[in-house]
Amino acid sequence: MSTLEIKDLHVSIETEQGTKEILKGVSLTIKTGQTHAIMGPNGSGKSTLASTIAGHPRYNVTSGSITLDGEDVLAMSVDERARAGVFLAMQYPVEVPGVSMTNFLRTAKTAIDGEAPKLRTWTKDVKAAMQQLRIDADFAQRNVNEGFSGGEKKRVEILQLELFKPKFAILDETDSGLDVDALKVVSEGVNRAHAEGKMGTLLITHYTRILRYIKPDFVHVFVDGQVVEEGGPELADRLEEEGYDRYATGAGAATIAAASAVAQA
Amino acid sequence: MTDITTEKARIGAPSAQPFINGFTEEGESLSPINFAESKSPLAGEAVKSHSHGGGVGIPDSSRAGRLTSYKLADFKPLTGMEEDWRFTPLKRLRGLHSAVLNGTAPSVSVTAPDAVTVETVGRDDKRIGTAAIPEDRVSANAWENFSEATVITVPAEFEADGEINVVLTGQGTDASAQHLVIVARKFSKSVVVLDHHGSAVVSENVEIVVEDGAELSVISLQEWNEDAVHASSQQAKIGRDAKFKHIVVSLGGDLVRVTPSARFTAPGGEVEMLGLYFADAGQHLEQRLFVDHAVANCKSNVLYKGALQGRNAHAVWVGDVLIRKEAEGTDSYEANRNLLLTDGARADSVPNLEIETGLIKGAGHASATGRLDDEHLFYLMARGIPEDVARRLVVRGFLHEIIQHIKVPAIEERLIASVERELAATNN
Repeated sequence: MSTLEIKDLHVSIETEQGTKEILKGVSLTIKTGQTHAIMGPNGSGKSTLASTIAGHPRYNVTSGSITLDGEDVLAMSVDERARAGVFLAMQYPVEVPGVSMTNFLRTAKTAIDGEAPKLRTWTKDVKAAMQQLRIDADFAQRNVNEGFSGGEKKRVEILQLELFKPKFAILDETDSGLDVDALKVVSEGVNRAHAEGKMGTLLITHYTRILRYIKPDFVHVFVDGQVVEEGGPELADRLEEEGYDRYATGAGAATIAAASAVAQA
Repeated sequence: MTDITTEKARIGAPSAQPFINGFTEEGESLSPINFAESKSPLAGEAVKSHSHGGGVGIPDSSRAGRLTSYKLADFKPLTGMEEDWRFTPLKRLRGLHSAVLNGTAPSVSVTAPDAVTVETVGRDDKRIGTAAIPEDRVSANAWENFSEATVITVPAEFEADGEINVVLTGQGTDASAQHLVIVARKFSKSVVVLDHHGSAVVSENVEIVVEDGAELSVISLQEWNEDAVHASSQQAKIGRDAKFKHIVVSLGGDLVRVTPSARFTAPGGEVEMLGLYFADAGQHLEQRLFVDHAVANCKSNVLYKGALQGRNAHAVWVGDVLIRKEAEGTDSYEANRNLLLTDGARADSVPNLEIETGLIKGAGHASATGRLDDEHLFYLMARGIPEDVARRLVVRGFLHEIIQHIKVPAIEERLIASVERELAATNN
C-alpha cells in the first residue's frame, strides 16, 4: 500500500512577461488501488500538475510538498522519481531519433528494476503487451515515437505503463486526440494495469468520455490552479451535462453562465 | 539550346520565350573565363600540367573555378585567409604546407583476396594522376614529394568476398607524403578500408577510379594517436552506371583534414558520401567535400554527422555540390548534423550548393548544429534512465545512423566501441 501525497502545492513558470503562478495551492492524496480523475477547462493547470510530479525542469515549485510514502519527491531528480515508482504518460510524447523502441524499453526496465530483465520472458512480455494494445510488431524496431501517429504514441505510452508497473500512474490527457476504438484499447490497458491492484492512478482529462471506460473513485475539478470541487463519480456525470461554465471565475462570469442558462430555458 | 518537351516542363523550368540579351534560360550568363575550363572533371591533358580556373586575379565565382595543379609552386604560400583554409589552424599543420615532406610515410600493409592486385610503384607509373589533381597546396606538396605509391586494382567483374584492408601505420612525426591509387575495374564489387593509426604527420593523396558499372566502397578510418596531423585528399572519378560509397570516420589525431571529392564522368553514376567524427578537447577535425555533377542523370547523397565535446574541440564541415549546366536530371542532397555535448566546443558547417541548370530531379542541402534536446532527455529520464545513460543513448543513436551504413561487421563493432570510449572519456 503506497500513498502519493500532494500538499498545498504552488508552482510557477518563467514567461517573457515574468513569473507566472499556475498552481495556487493544490492538495491531493492518492492511495494504491484508487483512481482519481482531475478534470478542468484548458489552462486550469492540470498538465502542470502532471509535469511537476514527474519533475519537468520548466516548472518551479515555490511552496508545498509532494511525498511518496513519506519520501520527498521534490528532492528527487527526474529519473529517481521514475525509479521510485512514478510514471507519467505524456500528453505529447517526443520522438527520440536513433534510439530503437526495443533498446529504450529494455534500458528503462533495467533502470527501474535495478537489474536487467530476463531476456526470454521480457521479449515475450513485450510482444504480448504490444499485441493487447494492437501495436504492430515492427514498432519494436523503430525509433522511439519516430513517425508514430498521435494515437500510436498514446498506445506506446500505455505499453510502457503496463511493462514498467509503476506505483502511481499519471495519465496526462491520454484520451485527447484518440478515436473511440483507440480510446477503448488504451483504457483497457490502463484497467489491466490497475487490476493488478498495485497501482494508484491520476487521470487528467478535459473530457468525460474516457470516464465511461475508466471508472474513477474520486473526481476533482480544477479551475485556475486550484481544486474547486471534489466528489465521487457522480460529479463527472454532472460535468458532462453542465460543462465547466458554473466554475467560471469572478461574479461576471457567473452572471453570464446564469444568463445563458436562462436563454437556454 | 536544349529542346524543351512537355514532359520536361516543370515548375521553374524555362519557357519557350526568347531570352533577354546576356541571359540564358537559367539566368545571367556567367563570365566566359569561368566557363573556359569547366567542361570535363579533370579537364583533360591541358589541365594536367597546370590550370587556373578562375583566371589570374579573379576570385573563384564557382567551385569549378578552383586552382588545380600538380605543381606545388603554382599554389601560393598559405596565409590562413584563403577560403579553403580559413578554419584550419596552420600552425598545427607541422609543416605539411611549407616543409619538404621527406619524413618516413606511414607503412602500408594490405590484406586482400588473391585476385586483387597490390603493387608498389614509382612516381612515373602511368596510373598516377588518372583520377586526381591537387586542389590545394598541402595536397600538391604531397604530390611533389611522394617517393612511391601503392596501387590496388580490383579486376573486372570480380566480386570481392570480404573487404580489402589497407592498414596505414604512422612511423613518427617527421612531415611525410603518401600516395595511394585504388582502381575498381568494370563491373567489379569491392570494399576498401583505409585504416589510419599510429603517430604521423602526413599529407596523403588517394586516387580512386570507379570504372563503368563497378561498385566500390572506400572507408577511411582516422583513429590516429593524439599527436598525429593528417591531410588527406581523396578524389574519385566515377564511370557510367558506377556506384561509389565513401565513408570518412575521424576520431583520433590532433588535426585531421579530409577533402574527399567525387566527379561524375558519365551518366548513371551514384555516389553516397558519409562521414562521422567525434572531436574531443583541443582536436581539430575538418572535412571538405566536393561532388561534381558534370554529366546528366547522376545521383548523390551526402550525410556527415559529428559529436563534439570539451574545450576547443573544433569540427569543420564544408560541403560543395556543383550541378553543372550539362548535368540535367541530377538528384542530389547533402546534410550535416552536429551535436555539441559540452560548452567550449565549436562546429562550423557550410553547405554550398551551386546549380547551373533547372532541369534536375532534386537538389537539397541542410545543416543543423545543436545541443542534446532537453525534451529527449526528459522523456528518457522520466522512464527511470539516469541522465548519463540517457545522453549516451541519444548520442549513440545519432552516430549509429552512419556506422550502420558501413556494413563490415568487424569495423562496425570496432567503431561502436570507439564511440563508447569517447563518450566515457568525459562522462557524457
